[in-house]
Amino acid sequence: MKQEVSKKEVLIGAIVAVFLIAVIPGLNAFTPAGSSLHVSDFNINLWGQYLCLAIVAVSIDMLWGYTGLLSLGQMLFFSLGGYALGMHLMLMIGKLGQYKSDLPDFMVFLGYTKLPAHWEPFAHFGFAAFAVLWVPGVVAFIFGYLAFRSRIRGVYFSILTQALTYAACLLFFRNELTLGGNNGFTDFKTLLGFDLGTPGTQRGLYIASAVALVLVYALCRWLTLTKFGKVQRAIRDSENRVLFSGYAAANFKLFVFVLAGMIAGLAGALYVPQVGIINPSQMEPAKSLEAIVWVAVGGRASLIGPIIGAIGVNGLKSWASQAFPAYWPIFLGAMFVVVVLFMPRGVVGLPAQIQEAWRRHKRAKEATAEAAAAATQVPKDSQS
Amino acid sequence: MSKQFLLAAEGVTKSFDGFKAINDLNFYLDKGELRTIIGPNGAGKSTFLDLITGRTRPDTGTIEYKGTPLTKLREYEIYRLGIGRKFQTPSVYSDHTVFENILLGLEGSRSVWPSIFSRVKPEQRERIYEVLKTIGLADKAELKAGTLAHGQKQWLEIGMLLAQNAELLLVDEPAAGMTDEETAKTGELLLSLAGKHTIIVIEHDMVFVRQLGSKVTVLHQGHVLCDGSLDQVQADERVIEVYLGRKKKH
Repeated sequence: MKQEVSKKEVLIGAIVAVFLIAVIPGLNAFTPAGSSLHVSDFNINLWGQYLCLAIVAVSIDMLWGYTGLLSLGQMLFFSLGGYALGMHLMLMIGKLGQYKSDLPDFMVFLGYTKLPAHWEPFAHFGFAAFAVLWVPGVVAFIFGYLAFRSRIRGVYFSILTQALTYAACLLFFRNELTLGGNNGFTDFKTLLGFDLGTPGTQRGLYIASAVALVLVYALCRWLTLTKFGKVQRAIRDSENRVLFSGYAAANFKLFVFVLAGMIAGLAGALYVPQVGIINPSQMEPAKSLEAIVWVAVGGRASLIGPIIGAIGVNGLKSWASQAFPAYWPIFLGAMFVVVVLFMPRGVVGLPAQIQEAWRRHKRAKEATAEAAAAATQVPKDSQS
Repeated sequence: MSKQFLLAAEGVTKSFDGFKAINDLNFYLDKGELRTIIGPNGAGKSTFLDLITGRTRPDTGTIEYKGTPLTKLREYEIYRLGIGRKFQTPSVYSDHTVFENILLGLEGSRSVWPSIFSRVKPEQRERIYEVLKTIGLADKAELKAGTLAHGQKQWLEIGMLLAQNAELLLVDEPAAGMTDEETAKTGELLLSLAGKHTIIVIEHDMVFVRQLGSKVTVLHQGHVLCDGSLDQVQADERVIEVYLGRKKKH
């Protein structure tokens, strides 16, 4: 990826941003349902979810692609953001739930008569929205501080992140945590007074997701251009040199890890009201591994690749898991293997890869032609 | 008493699984000196640099730089005192340009926030090109460091130390894998830096050591065997025994 932002890049970025933020929802709102240009409510909702997953993919790219930190637990932070907003959504259900109680249904079911104290502030949207960022941020900080200070690197770091998300998954399954146990949160009714069941609200959430994606992309793109970004890539390529050049590499890694955690949390919070449910299965290690596949398929260290990968793979999944439900996991695995073996730079790196291969092929052809010409010339010379 | 030396190591011992890589080592270096450390393989040369730069910690003994004990500090803290190290295998950032490599070595803040908000100032740019001229890579500034020849990578890494304006340069086998011409150029470069910087060079290549013409310290089994000029050292019975004795075994 270029180390400077060209006018062309800004222009293309602006066009894509306008298309995502304004054109698609516009086609949903202002064209008649039968029109060929019409984007259905179903698709708006689906694309809103894809865009949230794309935000997670960007956060993974900041870790893996740019800093060399393969985190296999990024969906944990996504889930924490989702749970933080989910708590607010649960309280907004009010008496509309099955049990007609002020308490969330699962609490009534478990015999609670009073809202636990730590739930109370989540009645305020502002508090919940803030928690969407700081809860994943604090968890990432504590884990990152311990891991990076102890110089845990490479596969050991990856394994630990996977263990972390698995441990959290098991913890969230427990009813004692008062976060809904294995059912998690669902059956949401309203957000900021808007009915989540109406197309208009879902369109609003789609627009919020698109805006968030554009802002997160711009922030990360800008960061990679600063000296910070250079240090990031230096840590990825030669961490020892960085240490012996006077940088406390652990602080840089911690910053990226916390930032990526907060970005994933934001994505989770936008995702949950669109998909209508959050439960501990979202923290299962397989979910985070799937997110790694999006980034690998799209192309690491490019920021745009992971977005394409997340949307592409999930689009494919929506289609394939209906058409061939039994074969989807095999297909996903095969895709990952093919990309790792043959497309190290992913989909976005493919044009350059083909170009290089073509140039090599041409050069090899020229070389053999020259060699052949030289070979036919030698006997002639010796004859004369 | 160690105050008068720039670097003083006393009674340093370091063992790995019972093997004493460094054994009761005493080493003193004056400010502005150029010193060459030689010794057979496994003599503890690189381990000694590891101990100075904080990569490993000694079991016993003290290492002081300008009177500051180094043995409890982290790598980046030792660097910030003004000690720069070039590794045995060239370690440059191959995905960064030559210019960016020097930029990352440039003296100045090393913290997270300034790195996000600082911009390259014109005088920094000038300083970077000055360093690039010194190491002969000014015309390669915009190339990726990964595309450089082996010798050029070594110079680039030395350039990173110059950019940080380190007072003490630790240079581990700078001539390894270089052509004779590159080796000679490297020697000139180091000689031109001597005096301005204090330098420790670890080297195997005797032609190169002779070119540097500095005081030589011979390490053997983690201990200083002797020191003096190259001629004195080469005439020393013990040194001959260590080198030739080893050769007989092969």
